[in-house]
Amino acid sequence: MLATAIIVFREVLEASLVVGIVLAASRGVARRGVWVTSGIAAGILGATLVAACAGAIAAAVNGIGQELFNAVILFTAVAMLGWHNIWMNRHGRELAASAASLGKAVLGRSRPLYALALVVGIAVLREGSEVVLFLYGIAIASGVGVLSMLGGGVLGLAGGAAIGAVIYLGLLAIPVRRLFAVTSWLILLLAAGMASQGAAFLMQANLLPSLGNELWDTSSILSERSMLGLLLHVLVGYSAQPAGIQVVFYLATLLTIGTLMRVVGREPPNAPSRPAAAAPV
Amino acid sequence: MRFIRIRPWAGSEIPGMSRLIIVSLAVFVAIGTYSCPLFVRAPALADDPSFSIVLKNDQFVPSEVQIPAGAKVKLVVRNENPTPSEFESTQFHREKIVPPGQEITVFVGPFDPGSYEFFDDFHPQTRGHLVVK
Repeated sequence: MLATAIIVFREVLEASLVVGIVLAASRGVARRGVWVTSGIAAGILGATLVAACAGAIAAAVNGIGQELFNAVILFTAVAMLGWHNIWMNRHGRELAASAASLGKAVLGRSRPLYALALVVGIAVLREGSEVVLFLYGIAIASGVGVLSMLGGGVLGLAGGAAIGAVIYLGLLAIPVRRLFAVTSWLILLLAAGMASQGAAFLMQANLLPSLGNELWDTSSILSERSMLGLLLHVLVGYSAQPAGIQVVFYLATLLTIGTLMRVVGREPPNAPSRPAAAAPV
Repeated sequence: MRFIRIRPWAGSEIPGMSRLIIVSLAVFVAIGTYSCPLFVRAPALADDPSFSIVLKNDQFVPSEVQIPAGAKVKLVVRNENPTPSEFESTQFHREKIVPPGQEITVFVGPFDPGSYEFFDDFHPQTRGHLVVK
């Protein structure tokens, strides 16, 4: 039961952190609940579809269907996160000012919430399809303890969701004026981490060179399987043994979105509170 | 009291983008729904040296796979368990679902000599090693 709970927890945690950050980033926006809920619902629906088609996806495109599928949805999420940040950089100051002057945050409807809803959908779809496959495996496996293992699944689900809620509530403690700068950084790092994961899938499909299998190895210091390592993996794209190509994609994404935020945004960007250079890949 | 502000830029760049997203989502769903059962297994890519691993009774057989150093190799993982598995390694960044009764291909390497662990993410006690010589 505990083993099941841990596996489900790990998958749910990734999606739930994304939901927590998105909810914080869209604080005060009208109808955000509808967008985020639709994203989650579409993600669950998609996850079931993907799980049901797992065999077909695995066999597609000369056997690299899974990698291509994962890479495409990850890079879509990266683009949406980048788009949100660029948009926020253009209008965010205005919004923060109006939120502060109104006292209560009533921030208009035209924020690119569809971009964030799509990101939520993708996160739920990716992790959810693995949960569905895993639980399906348990359900059809003959033997004892199926009920207790499904109970573990529920426990893992609740645990993962709880961590997402903690992140969300933690971010809510930040004053609205600062919140956008903080969520902007979180979203930028989230995007870079997803790009690095996408690169790993293309490398696995033999479409990209690895540029070194293991640029560094910090697994003895902070394993990706540990709680903290996993959190950092999702939040800032931490990898204990990254391939060179992952680091290249990570940095390229930071640089591209960061530059576009400055160039496309008419207004000067909100000053970040801490440098990105310290972020591990 | 509720404030509603209409901003001059509101909606100016949204419709085009959201239409694009809705259309691409629709295309994605349409392709997904209609082509799903139609995919057929294509022949594997040739040339790179190939090694087979079978998942059987929740074990990797063999659990130690010897591969040459400094070369890209192809691993063919076949799942003979009745349930889905996920071939995964945090050490060499591979992550691929292996549906029951199917086989998947992953390319790995080139590696330096050493031992590299992989596991079944859905059954984490099921582990194996690549021994690179």
